[in-house]
Amino acid sequence: MSESAHSPQSALVAAGQPQISRRGRAARIWRVLRKAPPTAWFGLVVIGVYLFAAVFAPLLAPYSETELVGGAFEPWGGQFLLGTDQLGRDMLSRLIYGARNTVGIAFLTTMLSFLLGGALGLVAAISGGWLDQVLGRSVDVLMSIPQLIFALVLLSIVGSSVVNLIVIIAVLDSTRVFRLSRSVAQGVVVMDYVEAARLRGEKLPWIMRREILPNIMPPLVAEFGLRFCFVFLTISALSFLGLGIQPPTADWGSMVRDNAALITYGDVTPLLPAGAIALLTVAVNFVVDWFLHKTSGLRE
Amino acid sequence: MSETAKPSAGTRTKGDVLLEIRDLQIEGESDEVWRPIVRGVDLTLKRGEVLGLIGESGAGKSTIGLAAMGYARGGCRFSGGSVVFDGIDLRAVSDEARRKLRGSRIAYVAQSAAASFNPAHRLMDQTVEAELREGIRNRTEAEKDAIELYRRLRLPNPEEIGFRYPHQVSGGQLQRAMTAMAMTCRPDLIIFDEPTTALDVTTQVEVLAAIRDIVDQFHTAAIYITHDLAVVAQMADRIKVLRYGKSVEEAPTREMLANPREEYTRSLWSVRKLGKQEQPGGEPILQVKNVTAAYGNTVRVLNDVTVTVPRGRTVAVVGESGSGKSTLARVITGLLPPIEGQVVFDGQALPPALKERAQDTLRRIQMIYQMPDTALNPRQTVYEAIGRPLEFYRGLSGAKKEARIVELLNLIEMDESYVDRLPGELSGGQKQRICIARALAAEPELIICDEVTSALDQIVQEGILQLLMRLQRELGVSYLFITHDIATVRAISDEIVVMFQGRVVQQGPKSRVLSPPHPPYTELLLSSVPEMDPDWLTNLLARRKAQPAAVKAGDY
Repeated sequence: MSESAHSPQSALVAAGQPQISRRGRAARIWRVLRKAPPTAWFGLVVIGVYLFAAVFAPLLAPYSETELVGGAFEPWGGQFLLGTDQLGRDMLSRLIYGARNTVGIAFLTTMLSFLLGGALGLVAAISGGWLDQVLGRSVDVLMSIPQLIFALVLLSIVGSSVVNLIVIIAVLDSTRVFRLSRSVAQGVVVMDYVEAARLRGEKLPWIMRREILPNIMPPLVAEFGLRFCFVFLTISALSFLGLGIQPPTADWGSMVRDNAALITYGDVTPLLPAGAIALLTVAVNFVVDWFLHKTSGLRE
Repeated sequence: MSETAKPSAGTRTKGDVLLEIRDLQIEGESDEVWRPIVRGVDLTLKRGEVLGLIGESGAGKSTIGLAAMGYARGGCRFSGGSVVFDGIDLRAVSDEARRKLRGSRIAYVAQSAAASFNPAHRLMDQTVEAELREGIRNRTEAEKDAIELYRRLRLPNPEEIGFRYPHQVSGGQLQRAMTAMAMTCRPDLIIFDEPTTALDVTTQVEVLAAIRDIVDQFHTAAIYITHDLAVVAQMADRIKVLRYGKSVEEAPTREMLANPREEYTRSLWSVRKLGKQEQPGGEPILQVKNVTAAYGNTVRVLNDVTVTVPRGRTVAVVGESGSGKSTLARVITGLLPPIEGQVVFDGQALPPALKERAQDTLRRIQMIYQMPDTALNPRQTVYEAIGRPLEFYRGLSGAKKEARIVELLNLIEMDESYVDRLPGELSGGQKQRICIARALAAEPELIICDEVTSALDQIVQEGILQLLMRLQRELGVSYLFITHDIATVRAISDEIVVMFQGRVVQQGPKSRVLSPPHPPYTELLLSSVPEMDPDWLTNLLARRKAQPAAVKAGDY
């Protein structure tokens, strides 16, 4: 390969204009999306619909999530498309608001757990030594206690508010993020460019953010999708047990519990929130699978 | 064993045509577009003949080597031509038939034996795997045969080495074990893909001799792929020069060396003639004084090492891997604080640890790495890579920074059209140039070059070395040049430090170190560097046999 050969496209770049070669991020994303398999498309569409419902809940829902609009357990059809719940609130409205509450809280929790676990994982990988040991062993201790039971205990001690819920689940979940980010970062820390940055005298935050983070994003993003599902399921499970999101806030987990009695009469209404949870989980996993496949560099 | 002909070089009889490749065309895919890699290459190989394929990387050498087995790598496909092996059209027969041929009649020896062995299995199990699967021998016989092959390849402890795992033997031994594996089925054809490129010169000699003998003894035909002319001159009966997937010229080895016809071939020949007039040393910029260093507290990697680098000069540190060259660089940069001794820079003792050094001290000593691929962050553009030291050390930003980046790019003979490229969009030589520019951005007084050319092609190497020499003339920067390649040392150094097992064996001006008499290790190192003479290896082995060297290669 000739050293000074200029490709025709580089010759087009005018002198001193360093912003050109990002050559259309949107176009690149579209090219990737066009080749995505149907499962990934299905997942993306479902996630899109959920997000739409979450953002525009007040416009979409026919009633408020807390208002008592009819009798208890009214059947489907007519005034209430999906009937009413045990107190006479509109089921459809609560389902739509549930997207906002459950998914929103799950998203915030996952973000927090990634911030926490990711940052500590990178610090542990870069610093090594005793700090790595202390962090690693603390995480081992946290992980050795079954997560759901630990969360239940903590929530019954501090009380079950939304903030407490988010913080407790985020901390418990960040242990897994810590392990992942630490191990992938360890592969990057040994690279010469990280050593070069150290020799230059760069400080820890710069090395974390600029040298390492961009190179470990793909596995972290994939893990984000998976952890989001687990957080979501944990919150739903806690709500079902009565310690998660508190009434009267609409939440899919507690909606299943509150209306569970209907199942015995052959009514599928309680399955709707459960189905909403299942569908989102499947959709997110489809997208994550596709993303993992893309970034692992495997060819079909 | 009837196939063991007497080992006698020169009396090889060439039989009938074994492999015939006609108008071979192979395409590779990148960005959804199929581009030609091999464009119409013809090749004929007779039984018992060794053909050398040489060319720069990207010339299609390895692709042709694999095609000789009827195989195209992932992302590649045959688009024309024929490959006929002993009357069998490899492109026409079924996958199953091809697979049967590979490993039994055609074998392949890869460049990196360390990466090609399964680390979880013993050498013996991997050596005999193919013959057991093909049902050629039973296990007891196969193991007996493998031991015999180990012995012929002059591996130490042939009876026991098979019970070791790949990480328990050295790189040179592993490469020979792989050759033994290829030989187990007594193939008609072996393809050697750069088998010694990753080895030290002292180890390389052993492996070359072993390969040449065994190919000779079994009368095996071979395709020997390499980018090192001096190596191919020892191994091949005929040489074929490739460039851009096309054949440039082909001739018997001696004829080719004595009288290359094509301009391109001559340019390959001339690369090693780069030279520099030695200049006397002056006031020292760097003094490493009686440094002893260790990893952990047990293994001493450096033992009482003293090295001086004069300002504006190049000091080359040579030695095989494990001699402590790179550790010396780590001590100087502060990554590994020494147990004893000190590093004096520009008259002042440097704090031993990196953390205690001032930013300006860090700026004055820069480093260039062996592998430009890992030395540049794959997610940072050229602009970010060169711009960061400017911003960090000199506080430049905006238009000033941009102007300086362009200046630096011009200095390394590139231009501003590269600023937005990511390392993945640059060639190996260009990446190394960016690394040089990144070091220069700090305006250092000393640059430590750690094997900076060993991962590059010869022609690209020459370009990089000339650039470094020009920068020294223009900017007066000093180099500490770590390498195991004597040709590079000859080309650029003023002074030479020879290291062996963590100690300095010899040091002094280039002219003195390179002229006899040498201490024993220097002698071994210098005599192991392949020369373009096709009789070099034969003569060397004869000489060494007559006069056993005082120091053996680290391999033993």
